[in-house]
Amino acid sequence: MRLNHEESFTIQGGNFLDAGEVSIHIKRMLQDMGVAPEILRRVAIATYESEINIISYATWGVIHIQVSPEEVVIDVDDEGPGIEDIELAMQVGYSTATDKIREMGFGAGMGFPNIKHCSDSFEVTSKVNKGTHLKIKFKMQQTDTTES
Amino acid sequence: MDIASIVKELNLTVACGDEFLSREVTGGYVGDLLSDVMANSQAGYLWITRQTHQNVVAVASLKDLAGIILVQGKGPENDTREKATNEGVPILVTKLSSFETAGKLYKLIV
Repeated sequence: MRLNHEESFTIQGGNFLDAGEVSIHIKRMLQDMGVAPEILRRVAIATYESEINIISYATWGVIHIQVSPEEVVIDVDDEGPGIEDIELAMQVGYSTATDKIREMGFGAGMGFPNIKHCSDSFEVTSKVNKGTHLKIKFKMQQTDTTES
Repeated sequence: MDIASIVKELNLTVACGDEFLSREVTGGYVGDLLSDVMANSQAGYLWITRQTHQNVVAVASLKDLAGIILVQGKGPENDTREKATNEGVPILVTKLSSFETAGKLYKLIV
């Protein structure tokens, strides 16, 4: 098992055609590294929601993943409108998505709650009109925060 | 129960992914909100939805779903079919509604 790895992926805002590609790539990478299915499915939820957020709201962004024997750390940085009220954005059902985004089945106001639920630690920092930073961590050992 | 038996029992049309019909189905989930399906579906589930655009493929692939059933007779868009074939996600189509499809599937596998 090769359990030390770092990689960054750039995502363009507005590009719904390729939505999920980076997350699929990351999942395969973790699979090849021998990461437990339970962990990689949770990481997949977090990277997917992060990816959709960049595509839906930001100009562009980067998902950076760092894997060690102890944990998986994901840093998401985007350039975009930022979030005025992070507490509100953490609430299930709250979304600023446009009708176009909602018609495709996105923008249900579940992105941040999903990330929080599937991860072991989740921090959001944001500057309005600059961008948003997410730090998401997963411990390699089994925890109680499964996707049930 | 495998997908092939479900295709037969529910009289589904296979839009793509013929080679994966031996896959075992462990349950099902109905939803048109992608984040809802990301959060609440489990590996091995068949996903019943009316979303026909290509973003359904990534969700199914990331969650290791057995496949997708599209309802109301609306088949996948061409790029959806192409992506699903590449990702190994079978897409099945039915004329029934989500409600009827879920009811029949539930009877079969639960």
